[in-house]
Amino acid sequence: MVAITPLFAPTSGSLETDKAAALATLESMLAIRAFEEAVDGLFARGLMHGTMHLSIGQEASATGVCSALLSTDYITSTHRGHGHCIAKGADLTRMMAELLAKQTGYCRGRGGSMHIADTQTRNLGANGIVAGGIPIATGAALAQKMRGESNVVVSFFGDGATNEGAFHEALNLAAIWDLPVIFVCENNKYGMSNSTELSMKVEKISDRAAAYGMVGETVDGNDVDAVYQATKAAVERARSGQGPTLLECETYRWKGHSKSDKNLYRTKEEIEEWKAKDPIQRFQETIIGSGLVTQAEVEQLAAKVRDAIRDAIKEATTAPDSDPAELLSSVFREAN
Amino acid sequence: MTDRIITYSEAVREAIGQAMEADPSVFMLGEDIGIYGGAFGVSGDLYHRFGPERIRDTPISELGIVGAAVGAALVGMKPIVEIQFSDFTAQAMDQIVNQAAKIHFMLGGELAVPMVLRAPSGSGTGAAAQHSQSLETWFAHIPGLKVVLPSNARDAKGLLLAAIDDPNPVIVLEHKLLYKTSGPVPIEPYRTPIGVPDLVREGKDLVIVATGVMVSRSIAAAEQLAAQGIAATIIDVRTLSPLDMTLINQSISATGRVMLVQEAPKHVGFMAEVAARIAEGPALYSLLAPVKRLCGMDIPIPYAPQLEKAAVPQIEDIVAGAVQLMREP
Repeated sequence: MVAITPLFAPTSGSLETDKAAALATLESMLAIRAFEEAVDGLFARGLMHGTMHLSIGQEASATGVCSALLSTDYITSTHRGHGHCIAKGADLTRMMAELLAKQTGYCRGRGGSMHIADTQTRNLGANGIVAGGIPIATGAALAQKMRGESNVVVSFFGDGATNEGAFHEALNLAAIWDLPVIFVCENNKYGMSNSTELSMKVEKISDRAAAYGMVGETVDGNDVDAVYQATKAAVERARSGQGPTLLECETYRWKGHSKSDKNLYRTKEEIEEWKAKDPIQRFQETIIGSGLVTQAEVEQLAAKVRDAIRDAIKEATTAPDSDPAELLSSVFREAN
Repeated sequence: MTDRIITYSEAVREAIGQAMEADPSVFMLGEDIGIYGGAFGVSGDLYHRFGPERIRDTPISELGIVGAAVGAALVGMKPIVEIQFSDFTAQAMDQIVNQAAKIHFMLGGELAVPMVLRAPSGSGTGAAAQHSQSLETWFAHIPGLKVVLPSNARDAKGLLLAAIDDPNPVIVLEHKLLYKTSGPVPIEPYRTPIGVPDLVREGKDLVIVATGVMVSRSIAAAEQLAAQGIAATIIDVRTLSPLDMTLINQSISATGRVMLVQEAPKHVGFMAEVAARIAEGPALYSLLAPVKRLCGMDIPIPYAPQLEKAAVPQIEDIVAGAVQLMREP
């Protein structure tokens, strides 16, 4: 079992000035980057089945948001969900095992990349349907309110999802019922190949919050502390009964939508321009530059993460393949 | 158990009320179920007894509310979603088929979806094509959904209580014409097991297998057939998925003739599955005549009353079908 433990006790200050928080934040983002790069490599070598939707470049939104949550708060995720899963504290071995179609994977090989959920870290699941998780998050938040619990729910989705009917219905329900849910849109400018310029008339996705009478905010999704601060405010709003927030994190994915993407819809220049705004590099420079941490500490952390990923791959690769014998009996849950 | 006579719709209401009394995690959401009392009057006074949080009126957002039910179920609530007409499940299909049905399997058993979706179904009220469909086959075809069609007041209560208890998503289709029919229903809570067809009547000459409102039409037909000297066994499938063929096969082995009756259009309807299972099962060589299907016409349900009646099997059609079957080959 290999996991990167998220913050779970959000600091009242900034991720850039609290040393323990800074290191935990960096570790989380490095783990996401390393995991995704490892998956990319395994896929290129023909060792992984299906396709993958990598979140390289978007680490700050996953880590920034999840760092503002308690371990008892919930998330729903997307087809591009490895980062959310890791940022919430998933076991890297079980994730790798799932992608490698092993019996020890989170879904025992039955779900694959897009359907990983983890009850232990209150991750209600990645989702293969764009916007599929958004009404689910609304419902999970409804349950918290009905039971008088103080947990909040974060719903991750992309810019493309904000054009699905499910988005509109789910946000409206959350608004009218004042539900403790934070709708986090990772706007990476493209719904697969369709750019936000072509797919919507409003300037910012957060403009859509007004349609539901909800608070809407846009932040630089590659500034992990900005994401963290905005999420903390939204969490506070939710937990104190003031209802939902639509939080737009402007970011960019370095890799194509999936493995079959030839990037015909965007330019090399644009990709390079965003790579230069690497959220991890930026955060590293900030916390080293301010003297909060040393270069050596950062390198130590990077080595620790590399080892963790390597161990996860090793453990996962040697696990037994998922077993077809249990297929029929796994459709329904047995009554207690 | 103390039986007394109540209507199907009262039986459904009683099930919901008893389930909600026993378990605070049970709640219902739907359109116009609160103060309005439900489009078909099913929720009735539940709103006054349990309040607006647990009998929760929603905007017209089927996809959103079914999705909300999925989410609430994932974290341990037991939601009942009322979809006002089964035809409107089309609006919610992603959450029913891609989410609720598949989550337990896809996630390797990590999470389950203990929700109930109940909807008025079927034709005969002049509501025309978009408000009169019988869509049970859509749901029965999806692995991960259980599908029940209670045909009488007693099963309406018992199957719904069982469905609420079931840790999986259960679709309950209630035929609109049954809401005002009455029957004996025990006052105490009880569960009718999901997955077990019901032997309604025994007769040596043929077996009529029916679903939904066709069960009571078959019962009426059986009375007329008895007067003509034809003794019909009637089996109410009641749970379409998972389907247990044991009783059906036994009855075919005993009689040699079977007529399958459904309201839904014939083409690719549920009885096609029953017919296929008969053909590949132990009763095949007991058949003295081909399997007979009596189904709705392959048309959308028309508006005019005489057209609406002509579109689906009526009692006289069931009688005629049985008489014809007895004359074959």
